[in-house]
Parts: sequence; structure tokens; C-alpha cells
Amino acid sequence: MCFTSIWILGSGISEMATDAVAVGVPRRRVAALSWRRLFSHSSFVVGAAIVAGVIAAALFAPLVTSYNPIEQSFRDQLLQPSRGHLFGTDEFGRDIFARVVYGARIALIVGVVADGLAAVLGVVLGVLSGYFGRRVDAVLMRTVDVLLAFPYLLLAMIVVAILGPSLINAMIAIGIVYTPQFARLVRGVVLQIKEEDFVEAARAEGAGSLRILGRHILPNILSPIIVMATLTVGYMIVETAGLSFLGLGASPPTPEWGSMLATGRSFMLTAPWIATFPGLAILVTVVGFNLIGDGLRDLLDPRLRGR
Amino acid sequence: MLRFLRWRLLQLGPVLLGVSILVFFGMHLIPGDVAQLLLGDKGTDADLQRMRHQLGLDQPVYIQYFRFLGGALQGDFGESIRTRQPVIWEIAQALPVTVQLSLAALAFALVAGLSIGVLAARFPHSALDTGSMVGVLVGVSMPVFWTGILLLLVFGGILGWLPLGGVLDGTLAVRRITGAPLLDGVLTGRWPIVWSAGRHLVLPAVALGATAMAAIARMARSSMLDVLGLDFIRTARAKGLAERRVVSRHALRNALLPVVTLVGLQLGLLLSGAVLTETIFALPGLGRLAITSVLARDYPVVQGVVLIAAAVFVVANLAVDVLYVYLDPRVRYQ
Repeated sequence: MCFTSIWILGSGISEMATDAVAVGVPRRRVAALSWRRLFSHSSFVVGAAIVAGVIAAALFAPLVTSYNPIEQSFRDQLLQPSRGHLFGTDEFGRDIFARVVYGARIALIVGVVADGLAAVLGVVLGVLSGYFGRRVDAVLMRTVDVLLAFPYLLLAMIVVAILGPSLINAMIAIGIVYTPQFARLVRGVVLQIKEEDFVEAARAEGAGSLRILGRHILPNILSPIIVMATLTVGYMIVETAGLSFLGLGASPPTPEWGSMLATGRSFMLTAPWIATFPGLAILVTVVGFNLIGDGLRDLLDPRLRGR
Repeated sequence: MLRFLRWRLLQLGPVLLGVSILVFFGMHLIPGDVAQLLLGDKGTDADLQRMRHQLGLDQPVYIQYFRFLGGALQGDFGESIRTRQPVIWEIAQALPVTVQLSLAALAFALVAGLSIGVLAARFPHSALDTGSMVGVLVGVSMPVFWTGILLLLVFGGILGWLPLGGVLDGTLAVRRITGAPLLDGVLTGRWPIVWSAGRHLVLPAVALGATAMAAIARMARSSMLDVLGLDFIRTARAKGLAERRVVSRHALRNALLPVVTLVGLQLGLLLSGAVLTETIFALPGLGRLAITSVLARDYPVVQGVVLIAAAVFVVANLAVDVLYVYLDPRVRYQ
């Protein structure tokens, strides 16, 4: 059993996000977490199992279904769920089960890319702000305040309007929308770490800023970033699907859950299965990620344990 | 309190200025020329030059920004490319619909969320508690656009209890006072309109409020459990107060604080969710105006809508902060 410890500041996304509007500054707490404790936590295990299932479906999609997700078959239009077509077919006779399974690939890529982008941008902004402080901090944090003043979907819509509607641009938009949250988290951690004795010692030894950042600060902010990324990935999948639903993300015939729901809406009363199953897929995936997030939060906040 | 309010109001200016800079320069990054879009394919080069001059597009960008800012401060956001109506008129038509929807969703989320959370905390680890917490997990994970479609399918389509979309029955017309049909119906005293507007509002409000409801229920439960374990609750019980009174008078008010903060966070989600909800239920609100304008590349409208939405959001957050200070006197001294 691996005993790697994950160090985290604060107790999860709600508290971090709360910082944005709460009047008082919440007390931050540092807690340790081990893989053994994680895997004895029921929410975390159930969430991890669901997410593992989604990842397996995405990886082995051609083995899970023999249908091609974009191949049209006009003889098979709008068929009800049956043994031949588990989730039925859509208006072009495409197998919905196949589209949902292949859609898992897109959802996971969306989650990883958008999350990765937000994390990288957030780390850069947060480190610059927290480490160099003063004017850089003031300028960057005011920019973050401005970004937080937008309702997130409107900000994403502006970014998509600038870049042009496509799935990749929708991922970039969602990544940008989440950057302020990551930047605030990283800034907070950096502010704390840079006052630690080991950083002071490195500075006394004559280490430059780059060395201190690379050797001492970055390794210490990695774990909170990973936890934050786990907590946000589900929401990013939903929001990118939302952009696709509005016609600002994936375009036909891509088997993307959000755009499948948009089509399903037109056939809601005649063929409700078209909209039901992609929505269920989003729900299950997001529940999986949220359970993992809940598990992390419970373990990090002892007050909530066992409730 | 006044000092706090003044300090928060002072912060508002720079944030909104930042929003205006971001929106204006963001729109400038979009490929395409507004003058060309306004003229369509008909205009000659000379027409284009004249139009560019008329709109001030031949001026340096910073002068264009100050003109935009000056106009925006007076409520002038220019003219819609799609409808040729003033942008502010379009916004004035749409905003009340969104405000009505968001408030109804928030009311649903608060009432249902607090009730579920408090009940679950009163009977921790019971079947009721477990059931509601599973419901909460599903609630926070459900995409609003899917919730909307399912509600429409079940209550609009299969059961036929509620209308499939829109704000009023087609046969009814209401005199416009506030622009929010429900309120206008009340103000004009026409009850068939109130009934119809109310029926049209139920499904969108539930769809939009579902996520916030789940989040509030979870927060209310955990903060109620915290408070119920404190000494003053034991004192209240020891002096013989009925449990109902202990919960409603002593515990709830203290348990509300984290919920208020959460409501502030949910406002952004509500405004964002409104875009999707209005699309599903065909409501002529700000969200639908935004998405139609983005898709039609109607940039003056996008610019206006985003600026107004951000302003509403920032002011609503300020209101939540003020409420927080009012509810928790300790915050004032920090």
C-alpha cells in the first residue's frame, strides 16, 4: 500500500469559493490524507468505481459496442430501446448506446483539457501573485475579481464568441472561466509556503527566485491543485456539455452528450430516449466525480466525518 | 454597518470598470466588422466608410472605449444588428423575465432546500436523512438542461399538467408595467393572468432552482447538525422548550449564516442556468437574448447584456454580503 500523503489547504471547493464573497476570512487548516484512508471511505470508493467504469467505457468503446456512433441508417430511425439497440436510435438511425459510450471519450477529454488549462493558468497567475506580491499581486487579483464578477456561462459565451464555436474552444472557455478559482487557491498556498523556514533557509543560502519556486514552492502546491482539479472536473464536463447544448460547442455528428441532448429536445415527446440516456450519462459521470470530491472533503474536514 | 456598506460600494466601481474594459476589448477581438454586419451585403465601399465614421469605428480604440463607456453610463449601448432596436430596449424587455425566473427559482431552492436540510438534521442517520442526502447528491450533479427536459417530458408531455413553455397562454395579454408577467397580473388585478403566468413559471423555476436547492439542503443539514450540538441548544432544551421551538427559534437562525454565503455563490449559477433554462422553456429572458445574439453575431447586444448581467450579479452579491453582516454582528468588527 502506498502511503503518499496529500497535503491540502482548506476543506474543498466550497470553502475556497466562499472566500470570494464571504466577509470574514475563513480559518484555513492543513490536514494530511493517505491513500489507505481514502480507500476505506465509502463515497470515495463508489465514486472511484463509477469514474473507473466511465474511463473503461471510453477506452474500450469499440469492444463495448459494435455500432459506429456516427454511421447513419435510415431504416432504423427513431427505434425504441430494444435488445438490438439498448438505448434506441436517433433521427438518423444512429445507435444511442454507441453514441453515449463514445461520448464518454469526449467528456473525459473535455474534463482533462479544461481542468488542465485552468490548473496551468491558475498556477502561473497564483504563483506570480503570491510569490512576487505587491503590484503584480494587486493587478492580477483585481483581474481575478473582474473575472469572478461575470456569471460563468456568460464569460464562457464571450470567449466562445471570440474564438468561434467549436468543442475545443468550448473547453478553452470553460478552462478560462475556472482559472480564477485555481489562481486564488494557489496564491493562498504560496503566500503561506513562502514564509516557511525551509524557504527562508534556501533564500539565506543564496538561492534565486527561480530555484525557490521550482524546488520548494511548486512541489508543495501540486497536491492542493490535484484535489481542486478532482473537485471541479465534474462541473467542467457539465458546463462544456451546456455550451454544446446551446450550439456553442461540439457540432454534429460528434457524439457529444450536450449536443445529443439538444437534438433530443426536439424529439422529446415522440422519442424521449434520445434525450434521456445522454443526460443519464452526464449525471452518472458527475455523481462519480462528486463522490470522489465528497470523499476528499469529508476526510479533510474531521467535523463532517461520519455524517 | 454604514462604513462597511460604503467600503463595499467603493469596491464596486473598479470591478464594474474592469468588466466594461474586458467586455469592450473582448468584443473587439471578435473577427468581423460591425459596420459591415449592419450594412449586410448591399453596401458599397463608400457606404461602409460612412457607416464606420457614423459608429466611430474610424477612431482610435481607446476613444471608442470611452465613447462606449460614456454611452453605457447613460444607458446607451447602441443598436441591435438583428432587430435594429436600441440595445437597452431589448434588455429592458428581457431583464424582468429573467429576474422573475431567478427569484422564483431562488424562493423554491430556499424553501425546499431549508426544509429538507433541517428535517434531515433533526433525524440524522434515519432513512429520511439517507434518502434526502442521496437526492441531494443527484440534485447537485444533474445538469440544469437535462432536469428541464425531464420536467417538461413528465409534467408537460406525459401528465399534461403544466404548459410546455412560454410565459403566458397565447390567448392572454397583459398590460406591461414591470415586464414580469406574474407581477403585472397582480398589479392589474387580473387573476387569470396571474394563474397562467404562475403555471408557466413552475417548471422553469424548479428546473433552475434544483441544483441550488440540493446545495442549500446539504449546507443547511451540516450547519444545523453543528448548531444542534452546541451548549445554548442544550440550555434551551434544559429549560423545557419544545423541540420545535428549539429548532425554529434557536438553531435555525444560527444555522442560516453559511446558507446565506452559499446563496451568494449560487446567484452566479442561477444567472448562468437561466441561459439554459430560458432556452429549454422558450422564455424571452436575458439568457435567451444573450445566446441568440452570440449565435447571430449581434455584438452590441452581447456587449450590453453581459455588462448588465455582470452589474446585476455584482450588486446581488453585495446585497448578500450586507445580509450576512446583518445576520452575524460579529462580522462587523473584523
